[in-house]
Formats: sequence, structure tokens, C-alpha cells
Amino acid sequence: MLRPGRHLVMGNVACAEGALRAGCRLFAGYPITPANEIAHHMAAELPRAGGFFLQMEDELASMAAVIGASWAGAKAMTATSGPGFSLMQENIGYAHMTETPCVVVDVQRSGPSTGQSTLPSQQDVYQARYGAHGDYEAVALSPWSVQEMFDLTARAFKLAERLRTPVMLMADGMIGHMREKLVVPEEVEVVDRRGPAGPECTPFGTDDPSLVPEMPRFGDGYSLLVTGSAHRPTGLRDASPEYHRMKVNRMREKILRARDEIADTVAVGLEDAEVAVVSFGASARPSYGAVERARAEGVKAGLLRLRTLWPFPDEEVSRLAEGVDALLVVEMNAGKMVREVERAACGRARVSSVAKIGGVLPTVDEIVKAIGGVA
Amino acid sequence: MPVRPLSYYRDRYIRFQPSPFCAGCGGGIVLNCFVRAIDELGVPPDKVLCVSGIGCSSWIPSPNFRGDTMHTPHGRALAYATGAKVFNSDLVTVVFTGDGDGAGIGGNHLIHAARRNIDITTILVNNLSYAMTGGQMAPTTLYGKMTATSPYGNPEGPFDLAELAAAAGATYVARWTTYHAAQLTRSIGEALGHGGFSFIEVLSQCPTQQRRLFEMRGPVRHVPSRILEMFSESTYVRGSRPRGSYVYAVPRGAPGESLRAVEGAVEGLGAEARLVDHLAFGRIVRVDAEDLEEAKERLGGLGAVERLVGPREGKLPLGVFVKRERPEFTETLRRLVERKGGGG
Repeated sequence: MLRPGRHLVMGNVACAEGALRAGCRLFAGYPITPANEIAHHMAAELPRAGGFFLQMEDELASMAAVIGASWAGAKAMTATSGPGFSLMQENIGYAHMTETPCVVVDVQRSGPSTGQSTLPSQQDVYQARYGAHGDYEAVALSPWSVQEMFDLTARAFKLAERLRTPVMLMADGMIGHMREKLVVPEEVEVVDRRGPAGPECTPFGTDDPSLVPEMPRFGDGYSLLVTGSAHRPTGLRDASPEYHRMKVNRMREKILRARDEIADTVAVGLEDAEVAVVSFGASARPSYGAVERARAEGVKAGLLRLRTLWPFPDEEVSRLAEGVDALLVVEMNAGKMVREVERAACGRARVSSVAKIGGVLPTVDEIVKAIGGVA
Repeated sequence: MPVRPLSYYRDRYIRFQPSPFCAGCGGGIVLNCFVRAIDELGVPPDKVLCVSGIGCSSWIPSPNFRGDTMHTPHGRALAYATGAKVFNSDLVTVVFTGDGDGAGIGGNHLIHAARRNIDITTILVNNLSYAMTGGQMAPTTLYGKMTATSPYGNPEGPFDLAELAAAAGATYVARWTTYHAAQLTRSIGEALGHGGFSFIEVLSQCPTQQRRLFEMRGPVRHVPSRILEMFSESTYVRGSRPRGSYVYAVPRGAPGESLRAVEGAVEGLGAEARLVDHLAFGRIVRVDAEDLEEAKERLGGLGAVERLVGPREGKLPLGVFVKRERPEFTETLRRLVERKGGGG
């Protein structure tokens, strides 16, 4: 593990370090570009931290092992890229249904399918939200720097443990492979899931206002029934409409109730902005540059950077739409989060989009031009 | 092994009555053998983690078994179990799976768990089809058999799962059937005590779906016992000597007519001829005779007999196939942690 202080490291290494500091003690993964360095670092560091690195036979198995380990008491994670993220969806759905805390890192590359394996993208943002079948609320974070690869990975564990839910870290090939300054803090807060208070426990139901049930571990004598089938609060399989509704609604509601805690946006120059750029992850970097240049050229531009993608920060975007003339959504895909922004803006501001595919970032010039077009 | 009343096992190890299985299912026999094995070993059920996938076999532990159970997506049980066992190697980890679950959709996880030699006991309940979903063909369905998705006969051949697990590196491999409950119980005990990946294939009856598979005509209530008898008839224990003096006659045309022709031919020989069910040959005439050579001579030219089949022909070998030692995965990982100073 890196010592507290300043380091020059790759984003993927910062991600692994953030996980280790947050208490991650089991990593299961499968080789894939551009996420490999996370596994490399975990393979080297986990045994030194008393943890376990597993290279599984595929991404289905990686996600499965992470969930199995979580029920055995581990803070566990996996890391992958688009093709592997697709394979993981089956078991991510299981993690939702069984309310299993775990962290899934997707270092996004360009798709569909094998796509551009070495080039960055932000094309999986809907998959993070809707990738598994069924109804659930996803939690997904988006880092824009090496420092945030560390910070948001640690935060992902915190949210996962607190809310008993899988949390996605939606990085991309550029942030993952970029090297820049990382400051490792002296202390990283380690949050543990709420265990049973006594010998009796209802692992899939609760009266607690958080709606997050207590979570026992395997081997602690609770005779656990963990199942991906619809179940009663005890865990017993039951396909009746009442139990299914009770389960799925509580599971969704626990995330929605925590929306304010999860929501995380960074505002730059929005106080007097007439045009607001909305961006996230790698594409927020040229967006930042473009806002600075537009300001220098006399355009009142600002930036809202989304560090939480899901649940979508509706309130922040909605408030922003009240105060500006135009919103410009910059992203590395064919136009995905722009739909969420349109929904939240609800006609209160014009919404346009810089949606760039091909595995390359939108440039400052392109964004400045687009700002000029909507200003 | 002590003989105890069923209530003894039910009160200690079973969460629910009645069972979720169809009448005559083999799942209950497997559950029974399992709880007897852990009782015999004295393993507290609190320390047993049963992981299963999707299919009837996966309902054997979940929710029946009163210990920790994890009922996972189709085919993935071994991968889930791997994560849990690695993180807490004190968990006595048992995977219940089926032929579709473990060898079809989950085949990749099976061979890799065997290769790693992780200390997990896998009980694969093989009913030779996808039974829960309506009797479709599986990677274990015999060549030519009719199923819901092979209405003109299965064009594929089956896996030999014991051989597959052995080739993949499992360090304990056995095969039994639900007919062989005592041997199966003993084998589960051995597998649980074995420090490595142990694999037990159990051929099991499915009265609901196997009527078509085995073309069993006649009363439904006879089907479960007929399948069990067929398991006995069409298997042998490896290393055992053939018992009895008999030969099979494959009927040409209707089995009943063939039986009558055979009976006529062996009359006065003190031989016994009867129709039995056989996994490889279907409804077949078994002829037990002390003077077997004379019986074969008489049956040789019969028009109602297609050919004669020896006592071991087409039969499935049972028993313990593999018992060997190799470094166990979680143990290796733990030693690595100690070596790298992560233990304290």
C-alpha cells in the first residue's frame, strides 16, 4: 500500500489503493483492457494486507465470487471494462436482489462489443443503471482524475456498506491509464455494514428508517436463506405479489431515501452563468478548459460536474435549469446522460449536446464552439 | 452407521416440511444422505454453507437445510461458493447442482473449481435432462433419447461427468445413484472429509420428466421404483465381480412378445426370463440361467431377439473414481498471506 503523502501514479493504481484503504480484502477479476492494472496492483498488495486476490475463469465468476465473499463478511470488489461489465450484469442483478454490498469498477472503453479495446468512452452509463433485468435503483459514481479514482473508490465502499447495495465506479480508459498526482490521506474512513443486533435477525426486512436491513455473515449461526428469487423478509422464497412488491419497493426506496447523501456534484462558475456545461468523468476535463476559455472570451459559462451519475442528481440539475438559458451536456457517447438532463430540466432551459464517439475526448475547441452556439 | 429415526435428522437439519419436490423425486434421498453424512461426521450445521444454482437439485438445500444457504443464478453456484470459501475457509462449503446447472450453463465453473482444487464438495444430481423447465435435453441426455427439445431423438452425445471432473483435476470423484443410498452417504462423508475439490455425481430419478426420456409406459405410480430399479440394473460398482449368471436379450419388435418367445425358448432349462428397464437398451429381457451357455445357444436364432447383450455391456460404472492429494487452493492462499506478512 502507498504511504500517506504525494505520489505520481496511474488512475487504475489509485483505484486499487482507494479500495485497500477502504478495507477491501477480496478482489476477483478477469483480465481485460483497460482495467488490468487494478488487478495487477490488487494481486501484489492484497496478500500483504491479509486479503485475497482471485483470478476467476470469466467475469460471471468474478462477480459471483465477490458476492459470495461479501456474504462471508468481506469488503469485496471487481474491476472490468465494457465486455466484462456486460457479463457481470447477471450477478449484479443478484447483488441487487440479495442486497449485497460490493464494488464494481468499469473502466469504460468504446463499444458495442469488443469495440476499441484501448480507447476510452462513457458508453456504459446506462448499463450501470439498467444493465440487469428487473426493477432496482443503481448507485454509480464518476471520477475525473487520478485523485478521484482513489477518493471515489473509497466512497463507493462506504456507500455499498451503508446501503447494502452494489456500487459502480464508472471510470474510463483515459482516467484509468493517466498518471497524475495522488495524495493519499493519513486516514480513510472505513465503514462497516450493520450486523445483527442479537440472535434474531430479519436479513431482508427492517423497520429502520434507512430501510437497510441488518446483514449477518455466513457461519455466524443465522441459518441464512439468501436467494435471487423473490423472497419474504426472512429470505424464504415466495413468489406472491405482496412479498415481491414489498421487497422491490423497499430496496428501491432505501436508495432513493439516501439520494441526498449519494448525490455529489461540483459547480464551477455557475453563480452568474448563462450557459452551463454539464459533464462528468474524463469529458469534464476539456469541459472545464472550455468554460475557462469561454469566460475569458466574455461568455458567462459555468460547469456542473456530476460525480454521482445514479441516482441521477435531479434536484441539482433542475435548480441549475432555473437559473441558466442553456445547458450543454458533454459526454463520450452518442448522447446518453443528456436525456436525463433534459428530463430534469423539464423545458426550463434549452438543452443541447456535445456527444462524441470514436474513442477520443471532445476537445476544448469543440466545446467552446458549442458554448458559442447556444449562448 | 447408527440407525436413527427420520425425526432425529428432521429435527436437527431440516428447516421445512413438507418438501418442495414432486412425489417420487430423488432430491429427498440426496438430502437424506447428505444430512446423515454430516451427522456422522459431527459437523455442526451452523458451519455448513450450502450453495446451489437453479433447477430442482438446487432446492435440495434451499430452503430445506437448516444451515446457511445461498441460492444463486443458474450455473454460478461454484463461483459464488469460491468467493465465500476463500474468504472464510472454516465454512464447510457444499455445492448442490444439477446436470444442466453444473455441466451445461455452469460447466466452465465446474472445470475451473476442479482445476483449482478448492475445498468444496460438489454434489451434482443428474436426472439426465432439464427437468424443472419441462424436460428439455441436457448435456447429459443420452444419444437418441426423446425430450421436449429433441422430439426426434437427441442428436448430441452426453458428457461423462465423473470422467470430466477427474480430467479437470478434482481430487475426489465418485458416482452413485439414488438407488445406492448407503454408498452415497458414505461417499458424501468421505468427500466432506477430503481436503480438496470433491465431486459426486448422483444419478437421480425424475418421475415427472423421465417417463418420456426412458419411454416408460405403464402406471405412473410404478415409475419412481422402476427408475430406481433401472439404476440398479444398468450400473455396476467398479472393481466388483459380476454377480449372478445372466444375459440380456434385446427385443426385436414389442418387448412383451419378445419375452414370450424367450420364455418358450428357455423352457425346461430352469431359467427365469423377465422384462427389465435398462439405461442403455430401454425395455429389455433379462434371462437368469445356471446353464448360461445353453440359454444363449437357444436364444441365438430367435426372430424376436435382435441380439444378446452381456451383463456389463452398456452399463455405467459407479464407485470412487479418484482419490488423490494436490495442494488445496485456500490453503495455498493462506500461506501466501502469511509469507507476505498480511496475517497480522
